[in-house]
Amino acid sequence: MNLRRMWAVVLKELRQLRRDRITLAMIVAVPVVQLVLFGYAINLNLRGLDAGIADEANTAGSRALVMDMLATGVVAPTVAARSPQELVDLLRRGRINVGIAIPADFERRKAAGGEAVQVLVDGSDTSVQAAAAQLAQMPLTRVVGVGEAPLASTPAARPISVLALYNPERRSAVNIVPGLIGVILTMTLVLFTAVAIVRERERGNMELLIATPLSRSELMVGKVLPYVAIGFVQTSVILLLGVWLFAVPIRGSLLDVYIAAGLLILANLTLGLLISTRARSQFQAMQMTFFLFLPSILLSGFMFPYAGMPRLAQWIAELLPLTHFLRLVRGIMLRGASLAELWIDALVLVAFTIVLMAAAIVRFHKRLD
Amino acid sequence: MNEAPIAISARGLSRRFGALVAVDRIDLAVPRRHVYGFLGPNGSGKSTTIRMLCGLLTPSEGSIEVLGLAIPAQAEALRRRIGYMTQKFSLFDDLTVRENLEFMAAVQALPRLAARRRIDTLVEEYAFADRQRQFAGTLSGGQKQRLALACAVLHEPELLFLDEPTSAVDPQSRRDFWDKLFELADRGTTLLVSTHYMDEAERCHRIAILDRGALVADGTPAELTARLAGRTLLVVSSDPRRAQQAILGEDGVVSVAQIGNSLRVLTAAAGDEALQCVRAALERRGQQARVEAVPASLEDVFVATTQRGAEPARRAS
Repeated sequence: MNLRRMWAVVLKELRQLRRDRITLAMIVAVPVVQLVLFGYAINLNLRGLDAGIADEANTAGSRALVMDMLATGVVAPTVAARSPQELVDLLRRGRINVGIAIPADFERRKAAGGEAVQVLVDGSDTSVQAAAAQLAQMPLTRVVGVGEAPLASTPAARPISVLALYNPERRSAVNIVPGLIGVILTMTLVLFTAVAIVRERERGNMELLIATPLSRSELMVGKVLPYVAIGFVQTSVILLLGVWLFAVPIRGSLLDVYIAAGLLILANLTLGLLISTRARSQFQAMQMTFFLFLPSILLSGFMFPYAGMPRLAQWIAELLPLTHFLRLVRGIMLRGASLAELWIDALVLVAFTIVLMAAAIVRFHKRLD
Repeated sequence: MNEAPIAISARGLSRRFGALVAVDRIDLAVPRRHVYGFLGPNGSGKSTTIRMLCGLLTPSEGSIEVLGLAIPAQAEALRRRIGYMTQKFSLFDDLTVRENLEFMAAVQALPRLAARRRIDTLVEEYAFADRQRQFAGTLSGGQKQRLALACAVLHEPELLFLDEPTSAVDPQSRRDFWDKLFELADRGTTLLVSTHYMDEAERCHRIAILDRGALVADGTPAELTARLAGRTLLVVSSDPRRAQQAILGEDGVVSVAQIGNSLRVLTAAAGDEALQCVRAALERRGQQARVEAVPASLEDVFVATTQRGAEPARRAS
C-alpha cells in the first residue's frame, strides 16, 4: 500500500465532493430533516383520538369516569360499544384508536382496589400508545369524589390498566433519536460509496485508473476514507439536534457512542463497496441499496421491537449491521452501558466489516472482464 | 533496459464475448520507436485488442508479450511502463487541469518535487499555461485529448496505447495532436494508435488493418499500397452517375466510388486486364469515358481488404 497514491485518491474524492452541491447538501440535510420529522411526529401531544366506549357497568361512577376522560381532550367519543370484544374488533378495523372498557362489576372491583377499567390501545402507533398512557394516570378517587372516605383510604395501586395491542414494547422520541443515527448512516453512506465507484465506472474513469499502478486496496481505502469523515459529521449533527431539540440523554460515554458509530460507518461503507462491485449502473446501485435499506429499517428494531418479531425475521435482522448498532447505541445512550459491556455486538460489526471488505477487494478486479 | 527491437508481440490472439468473436486469431509485431496504426471500421476489434495488450482484458486464446513481459500474468509490472489513453475522455470533469495532472502524477507515485517539475513542463508543452485552473469538463474536444495525452505521458512511459484519440476533434487539433505523437516517437516512445481516419493511418510507420476481428493487412503504408499496383483506375466521364451504373456489378470490379466528376474504381485483376474489363463494360452501355491507371491510396487498401464478402479483396491481403 503506497500512502501517496492512497492519499491522492482521498484528496481527489474530497475535491469532487466539495464541488458536488447535491451530495454535500444531502450529507447535512438528510439527518436534519429526518430527525425533525421523526422526532416531532413522535413527540406530538395527541388530542382527539377516536375512542370507543363499552360501559357495561353504567353506574353513576362509571359515567363520571368516562366524562372525566373525555374532558382531558385526549380522546373523543366515536362509538358506543356493547362489549370489550367489540372494542377489539373496532380497533382491528381501524375505526377507533382507543377503547375504554368498563366491566359490569366496576363498582365492586373499584371498592376492592383492583383493576377497574381497561384502556385498549392500537399499539402499532407509538404516539397513540403514549397518549393512552396519559389516560391511565387518571386517579379513580377523584372520579368518585374526594369526600368518600373508604376509597380515599384505600387508593388502588393501578386502578386503570393499559393494554397495548400489536406492539409489546413502549417506545418514545428518546428511543427514536439514537436509532436515527443508525438509520441515517445506513441510508446515506451505503448509497454514497456504491454510487461513487459505479459512477467512475460509468464515466470511464475506472478504465483509466485500472490501467495505472494504483492498487485495489489503495483505490478502495482511498475512496472510503472521506466518507468515514462524513459519517462522523452526520453522527454529530444528529446528536447535537437530538440533545438540543428533544433533550435526548447520553447516559453512557460520548466516546463510546462515536466508536459505535465508527463501527457502523465502516460496516456500511464496505457494504457500499461490495454493492459497487456488482452494480453495472448508478441506477442498479441505488436499487440494491434500497433492497438492503428496507429490511434494515423494518427488521433492525428501529421501527418494531426485535423481541416481537418471528424467528426468521430475527435471523435476518442479525445479518444487518443496523440491528447490532441499535443495540449498542441504545445501550450506551439510554441505559448508560459501556461499550465493553456490549462487546458482542461491537465484535459482530467488526467481523462484518472485515468479511465485506475482503469480499469487495476479491470481487473488484483490475480488469474489464 | 530491455532493448529488444519488438515492443509488442502477440500470437493467435482471440477474444470471445459469449458467441461473439470480437478478435479472431491475430498475430502482431510492433517494432520499438514506431508509430503503429490500427485501422479498422467500428466494431472491428481495435479497442478489444488494445485492452488485451495492456492487460485490461484476458484473452480467450493466444499469447502476448509486451516490453518483454508476459501479459496478462505480468500486467501489474507493465502498468508502470505504459501510458493508456482511452477512447472516451476518462479524466475527471470536476477536477481542474492541474488537479487532474497532480492526481495522475500521484497515482504513478512520482516523487512530489519531480511531479511538480514534470507538470510545469507539460503544462507549457501542451499549452495549458492559462487554463490550469479550468475544469476539465469545460475544455473543448481537442483540449481534452491534449490533457489526456499529457496525463498519459506524465511518467514518461516506454509504450503508449491510444484508442481512437482524435475521434471527436477538429482537423487543426488533430494535426497538432499528431505532431505531439511524432515528438514522442522521436524521443524513443513506441506508440500504438487506433484510428478510422485514412490520413492519420497514412502517417503511421506501420499499420495493421482489422476487419470483423481479423487482421486483414499489416505493413508500411507504402507496402500496402504497392500490393494494389495496377488495380486502381480513374474513370473520367461527363456523366459519372451513368458511368458508375455501367461499371457497378461488373465481374472483376470490387468497388466504385464517385469523387467529383470522376470515379475511382478498384478491380480484382491488375494492369491491362483491369483496364480492358472496365472499358468493355462502359462501351457496352454506350458510355463515353476516359479510363486510366492511378497509384493506389491507403483508402483503396482499406476498401480492398475490408470489403464484406469480396473474395478478391481477401486474396489481395
